[in-house]
Amino acid sequence: MLDGRGAVKRRAGARLWLSGLWLALVVLAAVFAPLVSPQDPLAQDLMLGRLPPFWMPDHEPGFWLGTDSLGRDVLTRMIYGARVALVVALSAGVATCLIGTALGLVAGFYRGWADRIIGRLVDIWMAFPPVLFAILLIAVLGTGLSSVVIAIVVIDWTRFCRVVRAETLNQSQMDYVHSARVAGFTRLRTLVAEILPNVLPVIVALLTLEMGIAVIVEAILSFVNLSVSTDAPTWGGMIAEGRTSIYQAWWVLAFPLAALFLTVLSFAQFGEGLRDRFDPVLR
Amino acid sequence: MSAFLEIRNLSARLRDTGERVLRSVSLEVPVGAVQGLVGESGAGKSMIGRAVLGVLPKAVEIVEGEILLEGRDLLKAKPSERRRLIGTRTALIPQDPLTALNPSRRIGPQITDRLVDILGWEKARATARAAEILAEVDIPQPERVMRLYPHELSGGMRQRILIASAFAAEPKLIVADEPTTALDVTVQKQILHLISQMQARHGTALLFVTHDLGVVAKICDSLSVLYAGKVVEETTVQKFFAAPQHPYSAALLAATPRHTDAGASLEPVPRAVLDAVSAEIAADDASWRRHG
Ligand SMILES: Nc1ncnc2c1ncn2[C@@H]1O[C@H](COP(=O)(O)OP(=O)(O)O)[C@@H](O)[C@H]1O
Ligand SMILES: [Mg+2]
Repeated sequence: MLDGRGAVKRRAGARLWLSGLWLALVVLAAVFAPLVSPQDPLAQDLMLGRLPPFWMPDHEPGFWLGTDSLGRDVLTRMIYGARVALVVALSAGVATCLIGTALGLVAGFYRGWADRIIGRLVDIWMAFPPVLFAILLIAVLGTGLSSVVIAIVVIDWTRFCRVVRAETLNQSQMDYVHSARVAGFTRLRTLVAEILPNVLPVIVALLTLEMGIAVIVEAILSFVNLSVSTDAPTWGGMIAEGRTSIYQAWWVLAFPLAALFLTVLSFAQFGEGLRDRFDPVLR
Repeated sequence: MSAFLEIRNLSARLRDTGERVLRSVSLEVPVGAVQGLVGESGAGKSMIGRAVLGVLPKAVEIVEGEILLEGRDLLKAKPSERRRLIGTRTALIPQDPLTALNPSRRIGPQITDRLVDILGWEKARATARAAEILAEVDIPQPERVMRLYPHELSGGMRQRILIASAFAAEPKLIVADEPTTALDVTVQKQILHLISQMQARHGTALLFVTHDLGVVAKICDSLSVLYAGKVVEETTVQKFFAAPQHPYSAALLAATPRHTDAGASLEPVPRAVLDAVSAEIAADDASWRRHG
């Protein structure tokens, strides 16, 4: 029993720290991009095209992870790409979380007509295939970062709404909620002060998951050229460009892909780790 | 002495199917008395308790009847007035100590919140009161316990805390919904003794919900026997154990093990008795439908 718990704790701890470390690295890179980048992200030099990473023959000093076919530094563009990824993750993640959570709390706690309307809305929403929905939205809103964020929020609030509603409903049936109501607390106070703290671990896990999803969606939209302008460095855009020269210069594709993969994985793992850590029942 | 709580002809049903869950229930709890509410699982015992405290499930609606607290009808009172009446005069000792304390909040505020926010006490006074009442239910080191989370305490400790919390504001009526059912047999006895002791010391009226007649014998003054949402017998504990009047009550009593002859075989409630009560209820429903 003790050993079991201990092992779970250790694993959760390693997960939290490893994913946290990578996310911290990404955040630092994004914030200090102009300071830490070895090159200019937009500078082209055809003479320096398709330079390999530093450990291979024919590499150039200063271009650590090589260059793309236009001679732009891969590492620098990845660092600037982290900015786009994080801005999207934060704004889309938080906005999705706020909207979905508010609706989920209301539906799960007040039930009745509010629950029926919100539930029906979620059902209708989920009937649309999300990728098609996203492309449709971008077509209407026009390309650009804010369109990407809006598209993610409009599509993904249902994920929060469904999970938060279920958990709120579950908590609402606990005796402690009855006790609070008997004591004379209002519904709103009961919802905010008693139920919300118990739903919070789930919300945090969903939020980080959503941030990971936002990063992927932005990458996909960049990949099909529906995100920020073509010149601006994004991981998805780099992957799209790298795909065309994968046999001549695999590094143009591989490094942003690895960054994308690690970031998305880290967001999910970080959320799980946080939940294990801060859920008082599991703690 | 006049009744502190009086329920008159209370009927309730499920909103969607219309199925009746309470059938013209009437009962009284005099000031400072212990009223038992006995019946099998699903009889509607909790439903009565929850109706009194204003926390019925959304799926259930009250069709008719009165719930008088100090003579004022809770069902006719404005929501804010009802909340105030219930909040200042009653409390709940819930069934499951595992879910009755909020898992993500410390013990202390869970007791003092109500004193401060609803009853308007000073924070310091509420904290002192919480420590005092925790000591009264034999919680060692109350100040330390108030800083703990529920999962750091045993089931027995949590139930003691819930009892303390219920008595903290000196309510006039406490609804105890099977407060010992979820506990170990040895802990059950202690908790029952504790509730009985606290009730006597504070002069609180108790509506005690249980399916265990053995418990009723120990703690109650009088009792109502419930079957399928209908009170089939209301009497004093003495009279009941001497000679139950209704066949269903008699069968229920026969099905309860005596503590003197442990191991004696139990009689299940006979089929014929159940059929008779069901017929009685069906007739009752029919006449109710004709009039309603
Ligand atoms: N939340 C609910 N929604 C619908 N029906 C319920 C709900 N809770 C209980 N019931 C029904 O109401 C009846 C009485 O339940 P309850 O008062 O909990 O019984 P008891 O406490 O005597 O075991 C049962 O038939 C039960 O199925
Ligand atoms: Mg019950």
